[in-house]
Amino acid sequence: MLSSLRISQIYVLDQQQALDFYVGKLGLEVNTDNDLGFMRFLTVNVPGDPERQILLERPGPPMMDDATAEQVRDLLSKGRTGGHLFFLTPDAHESYRELSAKGVEITQEPTEQPYGIDFGMRDPFGNHIRVAQLR
Amino acid sequence: MSSSSEASNRRLLRSRDQIDRAYPYELSIPALARTAAMSEPHFIRSFHTCFGESPHRYLQRRRIERAMFLLRRSQLSVTEICLEVGFSSLGSFCRTFRQVAGKTPRAYRKDGAGTTQGQVPTCFAMAWGRPSSFGEERGIGASLSSWVRPARPVLKTTGGKPTC
Repeated sequence: MLSSLRISQIYVLDQQQALDFYVGKLGLEVNTDNDLGFMRFLTVNVPGDPERQILLERPGPPMMDDATAEQVRDLLSKGRTGGHLFFLTPDAHESYRELSAKGVEITQEPTEQPYGIDFGMRDPFGNHIRVAQLR
Repeated sequence: MSSSSEASNRRLLRSRDQIDRAYPYELSIPALARTAAMSEPHFIRSFHTCFGESPHRYLQRRRIERAMFLLRRSQLSVTEICLEVGFSSLGSFCRTFRQVAGKTPRAYRKDGAGTTQGQVPTCFAMAWGRPSSFGEERGIGASLSSWVRPARPVLKTTGGKPTC
């Protein structure tokens, strides 16, 4: 049977800009960066957790035709591709302060939730991200 | 779709996030339009084109979604929740709630919908727990039949009195 989740995927409009955000601001590290010709296979992971990767995929040919890619980009910029990431942190307030200072776009300040304290933000493309300090 | 429309979408998304954050307060179209870097009339038109509803309607749904959360998770009275989510009139709150959620706040609370929401990250609970803009009773606690065959809400007049 299945034993673990290895790679999850989100769409990004620009992979270099995605690296600037996910590595430069969030502090993730590049796991794989392979130019396969037909695509750049780019994954990142939380430092110390290389077994769980996030594929930063740019919508476009040859995987999808231009018209479909346009629709995906349109939905992505409206925050409607369903791209969600949920990270954990030992200190939500500290992470919030750190990321705010780096200019990350915050959608919700640290808030008490039934499961702990968390806050929300968006990546430069519209994907929604939450960072939680669980109880 | 050009990169300029993607940039425009992204700015509109930023202003919609602003509504999400400031839902208890009066809607400031000038401030939202500034966030989207648009004139006010252009902002209202563009918001509707982008998200399929007006900023005001989106705010109403955000407030009702929050009210639904508080009805499920708190012991606050309906009146307290009405004020908490930004309505100044109980009648207006109850009419809007019924229009959007398909039932009165008291009936919603009595039904006990969505009591396991605490296990769901807030972003999903907010996005999926929020009632549809088109009147279907959707989200946490909605029955399967309302997903399969959405029904338009039946609005009953009550002589202007709130039916909470």
